[in-house]
Order: sequence, then structure tokens, then C-alpha cells
Amino acid sequence: MENILTINNLTKKFGALTAVDNLSFSIEKGNVYGILGPNGSGKSTTLGIVLNVVNKTAGDFKWFDGNIDTHNALKKVGAIIERPNFYPYMTAVQNLQLVCKIKEVSEEKISEKLELVGLLDRKDSKFSTFSLGMKQRLAIASALLNDPEILILDEPTNGLDPQGIHQIREIIKVIASQGTTILLASHLLDEVEKVCTHVVILRKGVSLYSGSVDGMNASHGFLTMQSNDMEKLQKALEGNTAFGTVKREGDFIIAYLNNPMDASEVNKLLFEKGITLSHLVKRKESLEEQFLELTKQN
Amino acid sequence: MLRLLNIELQKLRYNRSAKVISIIYFVLITFIALIASIEFNFGDFHFRVADQGIFNFPYIWHFNTYVAAILKLFLAIVIVSMMSNEYSYRTLKQNLIDGLSKKEFVLSKFLTVLLFAVISTVFIFSVSLILGGYFSDYNEIGIIFSDMEYIGAYFIKLVAFFSFCLFLGVLVKRSAFALGFLIVWQIVEWLSYGLMKWQFFKDTEIADNVAQFFPLNAMANLIKEPMSRLGAIQSAANQLGENFNKDYGVSWLNVLIVLVWTALFIYWSYAILKKRDL
Repeated sequence: MENILTINNLTKKFGALTAVDNLSFSIEKGNVYGILGPNGSGKSTTLGIVLNVVNKTAGDFKWFDGNIDTHNALKKVGAIIERPNFYPYMTAVQNLQLVCKIKEVSEEKISEKLELVGLLDRKDSKFSTFSLGMKQRLAIASALLNDPEILILDEPTNGLDPQGIHQIREIIKVIASQGTTILLASHLLDEVEKVCTHVVILRKGVSLYSGSVDGMNASHGFLTMQSNDMEKLQKALEGNTAFGTVKREGDFIIAYLNNPMDASEVNKLLFEKGITLSHLVKRKESLEEQFLELTKQN
Repeated sequence: MLRLLNIELQKLRYNRSAKVISIIYFVLITFIALIASIEFNFGDFHFRVADQGIFNFPYIWHFNTYVAAILKLFLAIVIVSMMSNEYSYRTLKQNLIDGLSKKEFVLSKFLTVLLFAVISTVFIFSVSLILGGYFSDYNEIGIIFSDMEYIGAYFIKLVAFFSFCLFLGVLVKRSAFALGFLIVWQIVEWLSYGLMKWQFFKDTEIADNVAQFFPLNAMANLIKEPMSRLGAIQSAANQLGENFNKDYGVSWLNVLIVLVWTALFIYWSYAILKKRDL
């Protein structure tokens, strides 16, 4: 796999505070990555370092094959961090023209990208007249001007109303479906869960997990069951080594799987023991549950 | 180079206040011509400034560059705000993320400073040439284009002053505070000169020798005041028994000091930017 970004033992200290601690991970082409972490876990600092606005304390990172200056590499990257920053006295088009000049790309894509984010009809309005949602969408258009190898989004839906959040998500989905590598930093889990294939989980600047969303938890999922004879069901489950923890939760029994097993297999197994189920759902822990598990203070 | 200048001009082109102040600046320079029309009448005595020889070549080069340099404060506002705006709009950060290096960023600002200085120098040259052509008593080519050192000094003075403003913009991040700092710095220079001259090193040359290295003082010394050089004032002074034996030329040491300051200001702007987390 072609690496787009490789981070090695990156460390950033602000005085006594270590914002990023010996962080290593790499971004491969074609995947959609989420950087997860509570507020203050070092997400934005890490992005700031690779984006050339924050100085690292130790460690290193390289863009693409490493033979290119950071600032030149950034011309092939599209990034939005925190709030959208543009010149308020310039119109949408004028701001994008400036970005084209900086990135050294032609200005012909401006209309196309404004169309994509639904701002074409406001292209000659000054940036200062835009709502936050529009500003954020303009930022996305700006980040896409160079058809970037990777799109970096830091909290892209922060502070937006539900409609704005929805619009941004739809745009991200469209971009992801076009095969662009995306790095999405967020503390909103459902956001990440919906679009990401890979995650990096940070807590206090330390990476807790880095890899595919599926491989994040070794667990094989869990079953929620209900039967007429709950006692018998519980005994049967506890007596089987295929199940780990078995617990009663209200009217349901929840059983964690020790090895991969289909819901139909479980159903068959129990039926053979004379237990009929009135409710059977198999599912994996949500990203949120896994995340909370991982970032639990221990 | 051209790309960097282009980027900066795109930012300025649509900035209305920058445009207005720049226009006012250039209009004010042309108003030097108005000095020509100042007239007094004391009874029978008719006094017209234009007849006093201020527009004579080559004196006009000295006089006009000196007067026009006072107006540079207007462009200083534009320079300081073009830097501090990048902080307040947080576009400095965005520019870097978009792929401008910190070196390119400072360079693009410096190129703009050079451009402003070039335009202003060409402008003052043209205005002086026209005014002189109209009012000067001497119109031989040799005389017209003598003492051109003042035009060069004017250019260096502007570049140095604007570089200082740029540096203050980077350092202080807020235009009002940066301009305040500029004024405070001028006062600091005067005070320390005054203290040295009349307190610590009385009756010695030390104060002047040290003060010539102060940035604003060095810039001011590039073009010395031209008033006392004027024929009318010279003769008045002679009648009072005073004699001006002043060297009005542009000194090389002075040019060197100012150039070193310019280089330092630009380098420091870069160094600060490089060190800062944005």
C-alpha cells in the first residue's frame, strides 16, 4: 500500500504539558481514517504539526515518499482545521482564486467545487456575509480545489446546526465515494462510524489504537436474547464455552461470544436443547462502546 | 517571485481601506505642488514660496524626498495592517496549510514592501521632475540629474521603514498596538539620545555616535532637513553671524546602517514566525 503520511514517534510539548506523546501511525492511500479522542487529546495538535503550523518537539513525519518539502506536499493536500479562515472582505470566488495561486493550480475548478458544496449561487457574495455552515462548505470547496491526494478535516461539523451537519456529511460521503483518502478528526463517534474504515484513537496524546474499524475490538460481538424460560436459557448459555460473559439486563439476556458464531447457529443450538427464543439479535459493540472501553481511565 | 507578489496583491486588491489609504498617500504627495502656490503679502513686500528656489534643480530632489518621506506613515498603516490582518483573520494559518512556506510568506510581504517603495520612489521622481521643470531656474540636463542620491536614499528609507512596520506587525499581531509600538519606539530613541546628550555624556560626541545606530534615527538621518540649505535662510543666517557648515549629503555609513536594520527586521520577522505555534 502507498503511504500518504507516516508519523514516527511524534512528540509535542507545550511547556510542562505533553500534548502529543510519542505518536506513530501511517495513512494509506484510499482509506478513510478517523482520529478519535476526547477534547484535548492532541488531535488538532497532531494535525497542526503535519500541516506546518505547529512546531514539533521531537520525532518526525513525512508526506508521501518523504522526498518533498512539507509546504510543497501540502499543495497536494486539502485541509480544514477548526474554523474556516478566509479574508472577510473578499468574495467566495476571490478567496478561492487566492488559494489557487498559493497551491499553484489553475482557477478553472472553482465553479465545479462551488457547485459541489452548493455555493455557486453565492459565489460573488463577500465571505463576511456567509453563515457558519456556508463558511464551512466554502472551506471544503477550497480544500478540494487541487483535487487533493488526501483531505484532512478537523471537526468539520463543530458548531453547525443539524441541517448544516447533514450537508457536510453528505459532501464527505460523496468525496469518500470518489476514492479520495480522508482523515477526519472528531470526537463525534457516529460521524466517524458512518464514514471511516480505519481509526486512530488518542488519549492525552498517546495512541491507544490504530488500525481498521473492524479489527478495533477482538470481540466477536454479542447476542441479546429473550425466551419464555429465562433461567433455563441462562444456564444453557453459561454451560457453553462458546459464550463468555452472560448477564441479565432487564427482560433480556446478553451473551458475549468467545468465537465467531452466527445467530442462526446459536438459535439451532438452543432449540436442540429445547429452548425457544422469542427475541434474538446479534450485533457488534458500537464504535462508541468500544471507544469508551478503550479510553476508560485505567 | 512573481507568484508571491501576485498572492499578496490579490489580498490587497480587494481591501478597500488599504486602497483608500494608498490613494490618499499618493494624492498627498502630489500636494507638495501646492506649496508652490503659497503666497504672502506684507504691504509692498510680496513673498511667493515658489520663487524662493525650493523647486530649483537639484535642490528639489532633496526638498521633495524629505517632505514626501514624512507621509510614509500613511503607507505604514497599510503595511502593518496587511500583516496583522493575517493574524486576526487567522489566514496566516490557512495560507501555511494551503502550502505556502513561512519563508515564502515573509518574502511575499517583503516583495510588497519593495513594490510600494518602488512605486513611491518613481512617483516622487516624476512629481519632482515636473515641478522642477515648471519652476526651476536651472534647466540644464547636467544640473537636473545631479544629486540623484536623494532619490536612492528615499527608496532605502522607505524600504527600511516599511520593513520595521512589517516586523512590528509580526511581533505584536495587532495593527493598533503595532503602530503604538512604533510611536513608543520613536520616543524611546529620543529619550535615550536626550539622556546621553544632556545627562550621561555631556559635551562629548558619544550621544551622536551611538544614536546614529538607532533604527529610526538612522532612517531619519538618510535625508537631512533641507530647510537650512535654502538660499533665503542661509543669507538670513549669515546676517545674524551664524554659519551653517552642514554636510547635507547622504552618508555611506548611514546607508549601511539602514540596510543592516532592514535585513535584521526581515530576518527577525521570519525567525519569529518560524518559532511560533499558530
